[in-house]
Amino acid sequence: MFDLDRWREIFQSINKNRLRSVMSGFTVAFAILLFTLLFGIVSGLSNSFKGAFADDAQNSMRVRVWKTSKPFKGLQTGRRIQLRNDDYNYVADEYANKIQYQSARIYKNFTIKYKNEASTYNVRAVNPDHQFLEKTIIDEGRFLNERDLREKSKSIVIGRLVKEDLFGERPALGKRVNVNGSSYLVIGIFSDEGGDNEERMAYIPVTTAQMMYGNNDYISQIVLGYNPNLSLDRAIAFGNQMERDLRKKLNIHPDDQSALSVRNMAEANKGVGQFMGILYAIVILIGSGTLVAGIIGISNIMIFVIKERTKEFGIRKALGAVPSSIVGMVVQESVLITTIAGYLGLSLGTYILTLIGDSLEEDYFIKDPSVSPGIVIGATIVLILSGLIAGYVPAKRAANIKPIEALRAD
Amino acid sequence: MIKIEQLHKSYPIGKDSLHVLKGIDLHIKEGEFVSIMGSSGSGKSTLLNIVGLLDVHDEGNYYLNGQLIKDMNEKKAAQLRNKFLGFVFQSFNLISYKTALENVALPLYYKGINRKERLKIALDYLDQVELKDWANHLPNELSGGQKQRVAIARALVTKPKVVLADEPTGALDSTTTDSVMDLLKDINDKGMTVFVITHEEEVAAQTKRIVRLKDGVIISDELTKAAKAV
Repeated sequence: MFDLDRWREIFQSINKNRLRSVMSGFTVAFAILLFTLLFGIVSGLSNSFKGAFADDAQNSMRVRVWKTSKPFKGLQTGRRIQLRNDDYNYVADEYANKIQYQSARIYKNFTIKYKNEASTYNVRAVNPDHQFLEKTIIDEGRFLNERDLREKSKSIVIGRLVKEDLFGERPALGKRVNVNGSSYLVIGIFSDEGGDNEERMAYIPVTTAQMMYGNNDYISQIVLGYNPNLSLDRAIAFGNQMERDLRKKLNIHPDDQSALSVRNMAEANKGVGQFMGILYAIVILIGSGTLVAGIIGISNIMIFVIKERTKEFGIRKALGAVPSSIVGMVVQESVLITTIAGYLGLSLGTYILTLIGDSLEEDYFIKDPSVSPGIVIGATIVLILSGLIAGYVPAKRAANIKPIEALRAD
Repeated sequence: MIKIEQLHKSYPIGKDSLHVLKGIDLHIKEGEFVSIMGSSGSGKSTLLNIVGLLDVHDEGNYYLNGQLIKDMNEKKAAQLRNKFLGFVFQSFNLISYKTALENVALPLYYKGINRKERLKIALDYLDQVELKDWANHLPNELSGGQKQRVAIARALVTKPKVVLADEPTGALDSTTTDSVMDLLKDINDKGMTVFVITHEEEVAAQTKRIVRLKDGVIISDELTKAAKAV
């Protein structure tokens, strides 16, 4: 219901009693400001945590091997474990429906040379799926494909910084580079959000590496992406299952962590999720506390204000104001003040968060702090409700005072 | 217009109660100009408050414009006040942050009349009390007499049946007292019932009927010379 006269009454009352209005608005504005800042900062923390894992796919798992630390079935401690193609295929067959991507990985360290420029780089021999597991971004050309693997082609995908080192501004795609004495064709150039180290690197087909460097079927690591349809708990169970199965297959003691382990992002995700959940819970608790304090603050001021205006209400009633019109007027005024003040607090808060931006990322792990529209809408509803409550309770009481008593008040 | 039968009212004071009105019978017809006289504590203000629906009585019957006032809720009382009654108070009771014009227009707001219309009517009534030029002044910029004239204009603006004045001249000097009383006489001459409470003999003498109250009972009720002169 829009009643222009009612609004005129309210604006007049607010305007003629500025100090009072500002005072009551201030508590709410301040509470909302704190609430916004708190929420923004936690969302910033959350962004940092998410960013920290942005290098690899969220669903990645890695099977890594070292030396045994426990004797098992008559086998000695200190035995070096070696993953082979057979293990790779075993994983692929055994867990086909739980795996989205799979790649082997062999680590090499080669000198790559183009014309007069040469430098030593990490070279990873991988399968095509590796692109998705490592979130490799192809800037030019393409990544390795199945045909490269089948033909054991001497193709290489180089990182952005490798290209800069060796080629500078010149084009690299389609050129041949010398890798550890053999000539490879540059088929692609990539970048990676994981930082400089990830971009000062090159990829070659795993089959090529096995043929050229040792002529064996050894692999260093198996990298997987579990099926994203799996819940975190089921993904963790899958990782544990695979760990047990592989230890059994490779004759490793079931508890021998240092011989073979599966690093599972699902576990990290769950941990981060729990941590952020607790953090948000704390913030919601503190934030709501702040809001409640603000509401109590405005309620107190409204009680005072209404006491001060009791005589005015008495006059109005003597002139024919029904109680509901007085309650309505006070509540509307209170809602208006809380809403405006709340919005000022909210705007100031978001403005400060924008100012902070990424400046605290280095030292405090707060990245791009902000409040979501859902929070903004929620806070607005809370504001209007609190204005209603803060105004309604004392106004109802004032409206019920007999006019004769109200008129006597001073 | 106003008919009161065996009206009783007491106020609780701690455990005891103070019996203020002890069986009042009073009949005021339309167009009368009545003053209630009495010293403080005689119960005259209580009587006015009950007549003005600002307070409720304990026992007895009260008819306003033929309607029995019983089990009033605040809403109904407010509507009746707005429709039938105009108030003039000793302390003026103007709203301090509203101009003279807005104060006069306020009862019309509660009557549901639109702003343009109500400001027009209010200005007309301010003109009648010769304060048109002060329309946009705040109460604290007006003298006591001017404030009371604004209050009278406010009491009249809804064209009530009865104007209730509680010590309307109590806070005024003798010159302004006369001008306020002249104004009330004019109103009465136009046919409105006027009900004044006072403790000043000179003021009461200007009305047409004096009802004297002492310790919660009516001790005398007589017409004045002014009434006989008409």
